[in-house]
Amino acid sequence: MATIRMKPVKTPDLFLECFCISPDVFAGKTPTEISRLEVREGKARNELGDFFDIAGSSGKTAEETDIFIDGDCSRVKYIGSKMTAGSVTVNGNADMYVGGWMKGGSIHVRGNVDSFCGLAMEGGEIQIDGNAQNYVGCAYRGDWRGMRGGTIRINGSAGNDIGTFMLGGTIIIEKDAFIHISTHAEGGTVVIKGDVQSRVGGQMVKGDIYVFGTIEHMLPGFKEIGTVDKNILGQSMKFRHFIGDLGERHPKKKGREIYGNLYLRAS
Amino acid sequence: MPKLITQVGCPYCGASCDDLEVLVSDDGKKILETRNACVIGSEIFHHATNPNRLKKPRLRQPDGSFKEIEYEEAIDYTAKALLNAKKPLIYGFGSTNCEGISAVGRVAEKAGAVLDNCASICHGPSFLAIFDNGYPSCTLGEVKNRADVIVFWGCNPMHAHPRHTSRYSIFPRGFFTSRGQMHRTVICVDPRETDTAKLADMHLMVKQGHDYDLFNAFRTVLRGHKIPEEVAGIERAKILEVAEKMRNGRFVMIFFGMGCTHTDGRNHNVDIAISLTRDLNDHTKASIMAMRGHYNIAGPGQVWSWQFGFPYCVDLSKGTHAHMNPGETSSIDLAMRDEIDCFVNVGTDAGAHFPIDAVKHLKKHPFITVDPNICMASEISDLHIPVRIVGVEEPGVVYRMDNVPIQFKKVIDGPESVPSDEELFDRIYVRICELTQTEPIWVHGKAPVPASTSRVK
Ligand code: SF4
Repeated sequence: MATIRMKPVKTPDLFLECFCISPDVFAGKTPTEISRLEVREGKARNELGDFFDIAGSSGKTAEETDIFIDGDCSRVKYIGSKMTAGSVTVNGNADMYVGGWMKGGSIHVRGNVDSFCGLAMEGGEIQIDGNAQNYVGCAYRGDWRGMRGGTIRINGSAGNDIGTFMLGGTIIIEKDAFIHISTHAEGGTVVIKGDVQSRVGGQMVKGDIYVFGTIEHMLPGFKEIGTVDKNILGQSMKFRHFIGDLGERHPKKKGREIYGNLYLRAS
Repeated sequence: MPKLITQVGCPYCGASCDDLEVLVSDDGKKILETRNACVIGSEIFHHATNPNRLKKPRLRQPDGSFKEIEYEEAIDYTAKALLNAKKPLIYGFGSTNCEGISAVGRVAEKAGAVLDNCASICHGPSFLAIFDNGYPSCTLGEVKNRADVIVFWGCNPMHAHPRHTSRYSIFPRGFFTSRGQMHRTVICVDPRETDTAKLADMHLMVKQGHDYDLFNAFRTVLRGHKIPEEVAGIERAKILEVAEKMRNGRFVMIFFGMGCTHTDGRNHNVDIAISLTRDLNDHTKASIMAMRGHYNIAGPGQVWSWQFGFPYCVDLSKGTHAHMNPGETSSIDLAMRDEIDCFVNVGTDAGAHFPIDAVKHLKKHPFITVDPNICMASEISDLHIPVRIVGVEEPGVVYRMDNVPIQFKKVIDGPESVPSDEELFDRIYVRICELTQTEPIWVHGKAPVPASTSRVK
């Protein structure tokens, strides 16, 4: 494995759009070539090297390329977006679209991320040590095909719209979430280890939601059907099992309707 | 002899009434009387002939005062400010015609700006819901002639759209609704007892911020499932009664407003309202409509969707394609995150409507207002450019809240030398072309050059 090391040297006036910070783009390029890649600040065209010191070496393919950014990227968008392999590590915060449309490989942000982390993700792993803002693992506007695969783990808390239109994959929020979990979901798993305020599973067709803490307001479209023992993320626990959203359409399998599952930890 | 002009459009609220009559003086300069308009509509016509109307742009001086300048100078200033910025934002269009809106589109594309309209702080969430879930809507004419169950959810037309109820939704006698109000059941869902709620046959006083839960309850009931004893502060019996009313209606019409789009969940409140409308169509005919605020605020959505493929929050800074993602490219988010370095406020009052922190960020950079009137935004601007008032001094196409285009008239002449929004932005466009030494593809008043010939040199 070869590593490209980047160190932020200049903070942009506005926000930097770096579609290029991805092992797929860096693979096979020298640090000099990488520093000449285009980044955008609104309509201003700049080079990656204007904002980062770039050293180390890249692998021949994305798979063999690791990227390590040593510093704060609070004003850098699209880190690791569309990547298919390799890894990106940010030793600090990152802005919007971390791992957006990602297909493979791994991303590790040691700070917080802004909104749209893992937007329309298809595969790979994202690990955020801090908090995430809104739209974790959500679909792009108007797309009914949201996150399809991969894993997103937020060690802190997250805002609203987690896994909207989700079809597959796993999202784990270690702390609390605000509102709208798995809205319109047709698959996938969301685990909230803390509390959620409300609107869990609204318009949900299929999929699983686990809440370890409390749900302040339960939607009327969810019905409790019993308790179950489940082993989730290596922990065995007793859950109250709800099905829903009963207000939404549901497909049938062998003549029986399939519902979304909401597992709320039994106290 | 004073002249009576009929079938005049009202450039105020989203009801876009087009049955006004305006009496103007002999010389065509003064408005003597307006008929059929409501109080707020009438006011906009009389406001136009206010003797204190501005007739020249005003530029902020180093000592903080305003100095009147010529239009040429204001056009040059705006063109340069847009070109010098890395990410300018052009926002507004609550009160202008589609001609002006499309002229601004050309300027924004040329200047690589972000283009956004008042929907961003109003019915923008409705757009998001429509992208996600479709829009089973109709025209207000269909409402008038067919709807017998009217639901006002989180909107208060008695104040915001005064003639909406008399022209379209409650009182008018239509083809299948010949007994007017007697023919209709009016249901109001609002946490407050508004004047619309007082007028309604049923008022559901939903707990603030729990609209989504209540929509969910209606959907669950309509699918034959049980719901809890109480949802969103409303008793089960009441929910069942209203659900029954809707199911038995011949044509259910749901109107929704800011109570849905600007409480927690925003687009999801509208999204589930759309799902409910779809569900109701299993039982009867149902339709849904956003209570758009201004007379042509549906206009930018129409024009830009045609020009760029997106109705609002259109980021044209890439130069190669339009990018839209509200939450990122929406005015308030851009301003709050300090992602804008030049702001042009057109036909609205961002000074009054934006959060104070957003305005503080925008104020660090050139801040320009294009508006006929003095407003909070104009008073904090670096440059204020007055224009003619659409619907009073300038004709044009407007889109009513049901997306029906209407040709509005002009009733009096505007102040001499004051341009329309369209003229002003076309001149800014030409100035940008001069400054960037590029060929304009559009010159005001001339037929556009076909793309194929403009490329051949
Ligand atoms: S209801 Fe609206 S459009 Fe009609 S006259 Fe009043 S302000 Fe004008």
